[in-house]
Amino acid sequence: MLKDITLGQFFPGNTVVHRLDPRTKILLVIIYIAALFVAKSWISYACVLVFLIFAITISKIKLKVMLKGMKPLIFIIVLTAALNLFYGSGEPLVEFWIFKITRDGITRAIFMSARIIMLVMGTFMLTYTTSPIMLTYGLELLLGPLKKLKVPVHELAMVMSMALRLIPTLIEETDKIMSAQKARGAQFDTGNLIEKAKAMLPILVPLFISSFRRADELATAMEARCYHGGEGRTRLNVLKFAVRDYGALSVGVAVLAGVAVLAGFGL
Amino acid sequence: MDETAIKIENLTFFYNTDDEETAPEDVLAGVSLTIEKGSFVAVLGHNGSGKSTLARHLNALLLPKGGSVCVFGMDTKDEELTLEIRRRVGMVFQNPDNQIVSNVVEEDVAFAPENLGVPSEEIRKRVDEALKMVGMYEFRDHAPHLLSGGQKQRVAIAGVLAMRPKCVVFDEPTAMLDPKGRRDVMDIIDKLRREYGSTVILITHHMDEAARADRVVVMSDGKVVMDGPPRQVFTHVEELDELGLAVPGTVRLMWELRKNGMDVPLAALNAQECAEAVAEYFGK
Repeated sequence: MLKDITLGQFFPGNTVVHRLDPRTKILLVIIYIAALFVAKSWISYACVLVFLIFAITISKIKLKVMLKGMKPLIFIIVLTAALNLFYGSGEPLVEFWIFKITRDGITRAIFMSARIIMLVMGTFMLTYTTSPIMLTYGLELLLGPLKKLKVPVHELAMVMSMALRLIPTLIEETDKIMSAQKARGAQFDTGNLIEKAKAMLPILVPLFISSFRRADELATAMEARCYHGGEGRTRLNVLKFAVRDYGALSVGVAVLAGVAVLAGFGL
Repeated sequence: MDETAIKIENLTFFYNTDDEETAPEDVLAGVSLTIEKGSFVAVLGHNGSGKSTLARHLNALLLPKGGSVCVFGMDTKDEELTLEIRRRVGMVFQNPDNQIVSNVVEEDVAFAPENLGVPSEEIRKRVDEALKMVGMYEFRDHAPHLLSGGQKQRVAIAGVLAMRPKCVVFDEPTAMLDPKGRRDVMDIIDKLRREYGSTVILITHHMDEAARADRVVVMSDGKVVMDGPPRQVFTHVEELDELGLAVPGTVRLMWELRKNGMDVPLAALNAQECAEAVAEYFGK
């Protein structure tokens, strides 16, 4: 069950998408999200979808992995679709009891669920193809100007990269604790929702304690390796915009502009 | 040229307690120790003997409450020198999972030189060299959490070596590893001394690991109770037993043989020495 969590995971590779500058990828995701929210018609959604499919294809990320990552979101998607389905305006196509389904409702339900799915897949593309260190380095550089406003940019970036680093370790640890509790007769898959939630408590307490211990040890190890904040730090891989970055950004901007123009025409 | 790497004088330390009623207990109660450049010193002691606390004083992770610690001529109490001390004295910890900072092996190894502000090309050189040294070069773009415990510990060692330290302190580096992982780590320590001439301080409670050192320091209750070459220290079988430390199996065998009236030398640090001594006794 925990093996399904692909949040924040990174799949190393050597494709163009992997090699893009993390700053480019972050900006592209922002552009992509903007385009998704501007899109109002079938044709503009199709444009954004083509862009997404193109990116997934050249990154060689398996569709199976993508869909697996979507699993925990099924409930939200279904709920959103259902709500939109029943709250459309106009002439009802089907009517029963207090529910009525209209043509407008169906369209809205499809658009909304497509938007969520594409939104999540797009952001997955970012984390799947960018190592956490590169991701935070990119963020740190992009947010760099905020340092002048005394925003602790480096510290925030470091916190984020540590969090991403610890996800697989903590998942492993949770599995271990669960096995230990199961060996002593704990049952996690039976009972109603409240019973299940109660059964989680004996997992959370030891997990919490060990995370603190881990954090403490990791901090000591970082100090022993001369970590002293962002000042005077250099990098193994220095980020430089290459031709492919300008290319990718142009494509992204073109898609956003296209969608915006279509929206202007009411499409 | 001064040949002293580390000079500890009358070091005392205690952890502060929140409870004001009880006086804090001394974890280190007056330790004096001089470690020469290029030597391999093993520090032995049971749990709670203060050996890890001592280790943490060597790179200014902890500062003395009394006495002084001087590392390559630098007093650890001087905060301005902390970074200079830490780049010279690297430290490898027990749990490899809790010292790896990145999701990619080579980025993790680069962490220390990055902190030191080393230029990028130089970092690349150091990372490649350190990874080759520990035999993990082909894993450079792997995710550390998918490696075995021994491999992770080797990555952690590479991360320390990338600082180019003059002295490396290993704080029970093999405690969480399987026999293969233990052997790999011990081989790296040998290589480190042979090829780099580094000073190595190994905190351990494995006697057979300590037997490889030039010098063994035994600690108990925050004090140094024995100090000398392994051959000499391991002859104190009864005292070591009392301290809760088991001597190497070969020494134990010789000791039992002597107790039963065989006149064999006590100090046999490995199976070969042991066999030779027994063979000699039987006149062959």
